[in-house]
Amino acid sequence: MSLRLHRLTLSRFRSHPRVEAVFDGRPVVLHGANGAGKTNLLEAISLLSPGRGLRRAASEELGAQPADLGWKIEGEIARNGTLHELETGAAPGQSRVVRIDGKTSPQSGLGRLMPMLWLTPAMDRLWIEAAEGRRRFLDRLVLGFEPDHAEAAVGYEKAMRQRNKLLRDNVTDPRWYTALEARMAETGGVMTLNRQATLARLATAQSADSPFPQPELILADDTPADLAEALAESRGRDRQAGRTLVGPHRADLSALWAARGRPAAQCSTGEQKALLISTVLAHARALQAMVGHAPILLLDEVAAHLDDARRAALYDALCDLGAQAFLTGTGPELFTPLGNRAQTFRVSETAGDSQVTEEDLP
Amino acid sequence: MARAAGEIEALIALMARLPGLGPRSARRAVLHMLKKRGMVMEPLSQALARVAQTARDCRVCGNISDEEICPICADEKRATGTLCVVEDVSDLWALERAGGFKGRYHVLGGTLSALESIGPENLRIPQLVERIKAENLREVILALNATVEGQTTAHYIAETLAPTGVSVSALARGLPMGGELDYLDDGTIAAAMAARRAL
Repeated sequence: MSLRLHRLTLSRFRSHPRVEAVFDGRPVVLHGANGAGKTNLLEAISLLSPGRGLRRAASEELGAQPADLGWKIEGEIARNGTLHELETGAAPGQSRVVRIDGKTSPQSGLGRLMPMLWLTPAMDRLWIEAAEGRRRFLDRLVLGFEPDHAEAAVGYEKAMRQRNKLLRDNVTDPRWYTALEARMAETGGVMTLNRQATLARLATAQSADSPFPQPELILADDTPADLAEALAESRGRDRQAGRTLVGPHRADLSALWAARGRPAAQCSTGEQKALLISTVLAHARALQAMVGHAPILLLDEVAAHLDDARRAALYDALCDLGAQAFLTGTGPELFTPLGNRAQTFRVSETAGDSQVTEEDLP
Repeated sequence: MARAAGEIEALIALMARLPGLGPRSARRAVLHMLKKRGMVMEPLSQALARVAQTARDCRVCGNISDEEICPICADEKRATGTLCVVEDVSDLWALERAGGFKGRYHVLGGTLSALESIGPENLRIPQLVERIKAENLREVILALNATVEGQTTAHYIAETLAPTGVSVSALARGLPMGGELDYLDDGTIAAAMAARRAL
């Protein structure tokens, strides 16, 4: 049982006019100077999963500038011995489309075939910034285990936007609210169950002998058991606020460094990062136990923040998991402990165009 | 590509705006008509002109026909006491093609959407409540789409009709005819399992 991105082809994607890379299943190291286009490559891979990718960019930002000629990302994946062709892109002035094995498909289909998780420098402050980022991270963890989570979340969001509009327009028809609240209770209940199940899975997949601090992850969610009734009771307050004040869209993920009993937000910057990495590794272990393979991991500038011991431990953990991780860094020396256990590519840039070249390690 | 003369070009542009047609298929259709002006184009243009004059929305159910009251509402045999509520005329026509339903219809003309300012009064829901009383209906079947909008509207109508005492049902969701389980999405399989029936 395995999952790997076998071939990646980019056309006019950001700084990459054309890339064709073949990956053999080992972790992939991408090194190069700042601005060479390393993160653009990771972003391209992230767009082969549901959503707007690791930068949350709009489709029209993704093409090569300045000419709007459209862009395309093609990935060939091997999952448990079967090949699949994934493709996403946008023609000039049109919205993004997804094709799986040549057929137009909803984005959720991507998540079913290729679970994926990423860490970026923007997430370094995840534990101390607004709850929204943590919720998004949590939902991406959930998506690996429960591919239907995206549909529940979209259904909930749709019904809530309708309800918020009623609140702002001062509509009072109680039946209209009841109808929307019934949809929210149905989809919101699925969301909460999925999130709880995911945290339970992660808790059992922690590794006590890891050099990374083990987090205790807690779903801070005050959504009442009967959400439909709670929403009905909250209409008056919600109308004053102009938005919905109860429900799983207000949930938060909090973490405790279990061994020290210290909340993540009070840990040092390095420890906060280590807690995130530890969560990602637990997720990969849990997914492997469940479906037989780890997710694709995109680790942007992760190595730079770790001391030598933890860096080596991360590399060992990735190799043990057999996870196809894509790691970026400014210089190849950051990845020396990986040696030939990884496939190495140099990313460079001339006159605004990026090139990707595979390097043979001695 | 050589361009046709002005009027013909304008006709092609009009045709290309029809659903199911694009610029190429519109050009083909127009060229076909031009070659068969007497056989195809003139009868078609006369039919279009006539129907444009006579077509109207049925005063009772919202179906489109060339009478003030559509043939279904005019047919006494269809006063079965059962009414089928649909979002759009296209859904009514689809149900009529299928042929399994012998009662009358009520076309809402859309779904509830706060974001698009479509409320109950824009959807012929008040007319529906009137019909329950006036036509002595026993059952209302909600044949709405299985989308968030469709289901919200169904829930709203069920709540609205509750005081009238009429029985309200919804279409079953699950296995399509000739469908293979292996190819169904998870949500449909779960719905089919929940809606299973004794044999």
